[in-house]
Amino acid sequence: MSTVESPVVDNGVNVEALLGARQALAEAPEAAQFRWRARCEWVNGTHSRTTVHDFFGLGAEHTHKSPTVIEGDHPEVFASEDHGPTPTETVLAALAGCLTAGIAAVATNRGIQLRSVSAVVEADHDIRGILGADPDVRNGFDGVRVRYEIDADADRAAVEALVAQSQKRSAVFDILTNPTAVTVEVA
Amino acid sequence: MRTSVVVIGGGQAGLAMSWWLDRTGVDHVVLERGVVGQSWRERRWPSLRLLTPNWMNQLPGLHDMGGDPDDYLGATEVVGLLDGYARAFGAPVLPHTTVVGVRQTASGFRVDTDGGSWRCRAVVVATGTEGASRVPALAAELGGDLQQVTAFGYREPGRVAPGAVLVVGASASGVQIADELRRAGRSVTLAVGDHVRVPRTYRGRDIYRWLDELGVLDERYDEVEDLVRARRLPSLQLVGSPQRRSLDLATLSAGGVQLTGRLVGIDRGRALFSGSLANFLKAADLKQARLLDRIDEHVGGGPVHRPEPTPLPPPVTELELARFSAVVWATGHQPRYPWLDPALLDRRGAIRHDGGVLAAPGLYVLGLPFTRRRRSNLIAGVGPDAEALCAHLVGHLGRARSAA
Repeated sequence: MSTVESPVVDNGVNVEALLGARQALAEAPEAAQFRWRARCEWVNGTHSRTTVHDFFGLGAEHTHKSPTVIEGDHPEVFASEDHGPTPTETVLAALAGCLTAGIAAVATNRGIQLRSVSAVVEADHDIRGILGADPDVRNGFDGVRVRYEIDADADRAAVEALVAQSQKRSAVFDILTNPTAVTVEVA
Repeated sequence: MRTSVVVIGGGQAGLAMSWWLDRTGVDHVVLERGVVGQSWRERRWPSLRLLTPNWMNQLPGLHDMGGDPDDYLGATEVVGLLDGYARAFGAPVLPHTTVVGVRQTASGFRVDTDGGSWRCRAVVVATGTEGASRVPALAAELGGDLQQVTAFGYREPGRVAPGAVLVVGASASGVQIADELRRAGRSVTLAVGDHVRVPRTYRGRDIYRWLDELGVLDERYDEVEDLVRARRLPSLQLVGSPQRRSLDLATLSAGGVQLTGRLVGIDRGRALFSGSLANFLKAADLKQARLLDRIDEHVGGGPVHRPEPTPLPPPVTELELARFSAVVWATGHQPRYPWLDPALLDRRGAIRHDGGVLAAPGLYVLGLPFTRRRRSNLIAGVGPDAEALCAHLVGHLGRARSAA
């Protein structure tokens, strides 16, 4: 008896669950409506502390296994005390985290075993905008570059295709590349 | 009025079905809102040619469409061809008859039109995909000074308001219109989202020759991995020209067309573009390379010259709308079925069907992307679908008769 061995790929992603969710939520769009939250407290100076714990989705409230605290501050070159990353750097962390999760999911779905994935994210930022020093300079980034180094059981073209597909399905990539309506109010 | 089968739509799909019904001896009528090939008459610009070469275009009983097999028919030639085809087998077309309602009855269906009602035992929807242009909601935010034209309404550069033009959408229509405007000396900006890049020719043969030979066009709807995506795939970036030239974003960019990401917003007189262009260009280049790899593998040949990757243009995330005189929406189109029971449609208003067979017995659809095979929405693909669905339909009529 001969058997056909399909490659056993384990990137730690439960692709069956994701595909099942896609199928189920296509038929029940109400359940697909999620609401993410972060709660922030000013500490002192430019230092603030944001806690991420609860969110809403699949028609119910949920909490993460444990709360996560993200410090936000400015570095000493900004005459601050540097209790943590600048919020702009946290945005870069979010982009890298989102794209990398996508790479693992897409790789698993395509039967590609990953051995290592690392990325460097850089953003160019002219801070004259936020300082109000030049009205023609925007507050945000001029551009963001992500460079991946990926060791996987696949040729270069397949790895590049993984990275491309991950961008097509990334929430943070979308949030950064497309406008989003934001309202801020005082309670 | 009574007949066995009502076919709605007198384009290539409706006529192909009519040919099979005629050959099978099933009495039927073809209801057409205008005249045969109406969409080809009113929704094509004069210079438009088919994306598929002549050798490939076939309809049931009509295997040689005439002309140079490697050339591409113009829209008016397609109209002439469909006219001649309908006449040749005496297709029972009722022109200037608009359907207003299709209802299930105890014995089959009632099809109401602006010229009376038909009772029949089966209905074939062959109205195609061109119900309405799909124009994004933000079009309403553009100022009144800007001329707005859809790909259906576009005719020629001379009828687009003088000045710079923003073309939105980079599938076949968008790249062709951008190219025609550029050649007419217009300053053109092209907003680019997901697109499918293929060379017109590779290894000296038309790309459709390869797609045909590789079996890609014959992939079945129940075998393809992601049917939802396959049915929504944008049209190939191609133009039919006697020179068999390729028309892609690299060519347009080299010719002076400014490329931007998708148009994603209007804010205080500025058009905002997505920052995702680099990824769409890269993904399209990778996908093209995979197809060319398959062709190389198929012929067992060594490497040959390939199209260069699309150079990344300088990033543009916003432009003043005041610099443009016109916007061309080449953002696609979608079918509309206001005369069908909404229960037959999905959330997006598309017909629910299994290879052209609807859940309601006796109802069929054809001529949609990937109805049964990847070639389903091509003139080269509707014939086999019509044959298969006609056989199913005849079986249904037989069952209905024996049950009666």
